Amino acid sequence: MGTCKPKIVAFLCNWCAYDGADAAGRARLKIPSTVVEVRVMCSGQVDSGMVLNAFEAGAQGVMVLGCQPGDCHYKDGNVHAMKRMALLRAVLKPTRIDPRRIRLDWVSAGDGKRYARVAREMMDRIERLGPASGPPENEHQR
Amino acid sequence: MTRRIRIDPVTRLEGHGRIDIRLDEAGNVNRSFFQVPEFKGFEKFCEGRAAEEMPTLTQKICGVCPTAHHIAGVKALDALFAVDPPPAARIIRELMHTAFVFEDHLLHFFYLGGPDILVNGDARKFERNVFGVLQAIGDAVGKRAIQIRKKVRALNALLGGSALYPVCGLPGGVAKPVSRETRTVVSETAAEALAFARDLLPLFHEKGLKNKRFRNMTRSSVFSLLTYYMGLVDEENRINFYDGDLKIVAPDGKTFARFPAEAYLEHLRERVVQGSYMKILYLKALGWKGYREGPENGMYRVGPLARLNAAAGMATPLAQQEYERLYHAVGQKPAHNTLLYHWARLIEVLYAAERMVELAARPELTDPHVRNLPEQAPSSGVGVCEAPRGTLIHHYRTDDRAIVKQLNLVVATQNNAGAIGLSVEKAARALIVKGEVNDTILNMVEMAYRAYDPCLACATH
Amino acid sequence: MSRKPKIAFYWCAGCGGCEESVIDMAEELLSVAEKADIVFWPIALDTRFEDVEALNDGDIDATFINGAIRLDEHVRVVQMLRRKSKRIIAHGTCAHLGGIIGLANLFDSRQLLECACRQVPGMDDPSAPLPETDPGDGQEGPTLAALLPEVKPLDRVVAVDAYIPGCPPTPETMAQAITDVIHGRLPEPGMVFAHRTALCRQCPRLDSKPDKIEITRFRRLYETHWDPEVCFLPQGLLCMGPVTRGGCDARCIRANMPCRGCFGPTERMNDFGSGAMALIASMMAGEDEATLARLVNSIADPTGLIYRYSLAASILGQGPGR
Repeated sequence: MGTCKPKIVAFLCNWCAYDGADAAGRARLKIPSTVVEVRVMCSGQVDSGMVLNAFEAGAQGVMVLGCQPGDCHYKDGNVHAMKRMALLRAVLKPTRIDPRRIRLDWVSAGDGKRYARVAREMMDRIERLGPASGPPENEHQR
Repeated sequence: MTRRIRIDPVTRLEGHGRIDIRLDEAGNVNRSFFQVPEFKGFEKFCEGRAAEEMPTLTQKICGVCPTAHHIAGVKALDALFAVDPPPAARIIRELMHTAFVFEDHLLHFFYLGGPDILVNGDARKFERNVFGVLQAIGDAVGKRAIQIRKKVRALNALLGGSALYPVCGLPGGVAKPVSRETRTVVSETAAEALAFARDLLPLFHEKGLKNKRFRNMTRSSVFSLLTYYMGLVDEENRINFYDGDLKIVAPDGKTFARFPAEAYLEHLRERVVQGSYMKILYLKALGWKGYREGPENGMYRVGPLARLNAAAGMATPLAQQEYERLYHAVGQKPAHNTLLYHWARLIEVLYAAERMVELAARPELTDPHVRNLPEQAPSSGVGVCEAPRGTLIHHYRTDDRAIVKQLNLVVATQNNAGAIGLSVEKAARALIVKGEVNDTILNMVEMAYRAYDPCLACATH
Repeated sequence: MSRKPKIAFYWCAGCGGCEESVIDMAEELLSVAEKADIVFWPIALDTRFEDVEALNDGDIDATFINGAIRLDEHVRVVQMLRRKSKRIIAHGTCAHLGGIIGLANLFDSRQLLECACRQVPGMDDPSAPLPETDPGDGQEGPTLAALLPEVKPLDRVVAVDAYIPGCPPTPETMAQAITDVIHGRLPEPGMVFAHRTALCRQCPRLDSKPDKIEITRFRRLYETHWDPEVCFLPQGLLCMGPVTRGGCDARCIRANMPCRGCFGPTERMNDFGSGAMALIASMMAGEDEATLARLVNSIADPTGLIYRYSLAASILGQGPGR
């Protein structure tokens, strides 16, 4: 467990970010192996529940990657994402999950280099933050 | 071999407690502990909260006296923002609070402490409860008590949202005015409350004070404590639950201090005790000299008997008559016997009902203007009221966005913490002798704390 | 001749409000006492722990437990009650979701004690030892229940059969649940004694709730007046009604104050906070980071508002560490 890299869940929008991740793969760019990629139709589909579930499942960090503002396939889905993540980060501030463990960003279709950079930066940040504490146990199930 | 007696949990009060008594070789009481295993940390976890939420957050310290916290909290907000409520709001708040004290005192008399008086002294433990009370005093009276509590609580729900917790308090006023229809309900309910209170005192005299066992206990030094007494008084030194200055009298009745609540830190100090989460309050000027009675120790008491002792009288006529009757019967003022809290409590019931009738008749009650908006930036504020069980102080300090940075709560029963411990010890020592213990004796030991109507969730917050 | 059903009430880290909710059954409580044996109820009866311990396992038909799990003693007691009871019914928001005292999970439990014992103004000794939970030799004093590292809702510690939400629950709901039990109608596992849908359906202001709400600045209750007949949301005042289970008859709304979510999430949601955040985000008007940052900043205490009653039940509420 000691030298294992932390898990980061990446929610990738189908139209842009997922394609960017694909491009990174095709170009054999280095992506940390513990990034778990989850395709969603739109970054605006990702709500705080999904992000918190990712932490509960053991993620140390969560990325939500969508289309550039103005480029959203659904017009303003990425604006929804901006609203939700801004609010979520404010809510997390006094809690056990450091808001810096969440990153919302944009990756255009085909931009493998950007995806790789964002993923590596996130991994650096999470490693510097150290481990977050885990989810609760149900005592009567022991 | 030291024998150990436990009463676990203590019953017919609000909150968690246990009594742990250690006997020596001869079977006499060596030490007794009144232990409060209850703590939630409101004074920490309210940091970071929005100030306007404090009256509804802090009222969850206690679901038996939420209205008191709501009122002290909203008054702290008035002070925090330096905004005064308009007359209608002040009347609505005092009405709600006074009505609440009325019905909460009845809760104690019929459900909590009253069974010790009204049910036969040798009753088995299964009979010492509200059901036993109804058997003892008769269904008709009992059901009337249940009904009037229901009506008064319904009134407070109408005024504030829910009797179980009011939500209407805001800095500078309340959320909702009183309509003409509601005023009718207020007047009718107040009149019924007064009618009940007028019948209640004779019942107490008949079933309580004329009961030889109880009467002897009210005269016994076993249940007496020589302490200081504190309560809120108006400009004429009469009891007021909603507002006033704090007055402290010495065991001989002389005024020891009189100050506005904002100055509480100059007069009161708190200390941690081992074995319990309930902190003790004492008078700063005298210091804490341990669980001892007498004028050299800073131990003081609050709540009904203490309020009557600290005040010069009651602000309404029928209550004043009964107040005089109490001190005439005792032969001196202050009265020191803890079991007289039961009598003082019912005098306050009478006062509360008379006061409700007065407030119901005030023309400003239905004024539509019930809130002044703050104009100043918040910084810090102290709010005080008399909760049924004693003086309640909320003290908030915020940043200029009205986010709470620090708070301090001095809560009712906590003021009695020292006295409760000593009362129980004194009773235990006198009643448990040569190892003889039974349910009746232990019940009498419990009566030593139950007269205070303790609220331990409040006291530990 | 069938025996009388046995019921019990216990409070963990509660405030007594849930007890009041039962007492508020008023005369109906008298018929409960006739039809059932109340074997344990510290606020009203002189029954002690030893009386409960003396019962056989499964003897109690239903025990109603309120209050959150805060102290180690609460764990022991509820585990004992679980053994002795056929059904455990969690009543009140603290037992259901952790309640307001779950906000303590924003801090270390030691910080709570340090604050109360050393840091609040008026303490006489800022270096006083904190209350000792185990004095050691047992002669000096009894052991004191210790704080657990965090507050938990009841079902994290024992299996819970049904829930009665609310802070506190309405007396009518308590009466219904208790009456059901004493007539042999034990609740189905997982049952929640409240509406399945959101409070808005019961709200007297529903007609004035628009389909689309766009707020440019959230207002604070103390700084403004508002229309007492109109939905809070389009007035820029946050109300949790749309994401809160109904069943309280909108008592706070009728007092002209917004809902704060004490009945917990509707049937479709697991985490109240997630639902509340989705609601608020959907009302935010703005498209650029700066505008949205200002909007979020206009909410005074987002964590306290959104997780006010349910922090301990959420993923956020457990454990320290960043």
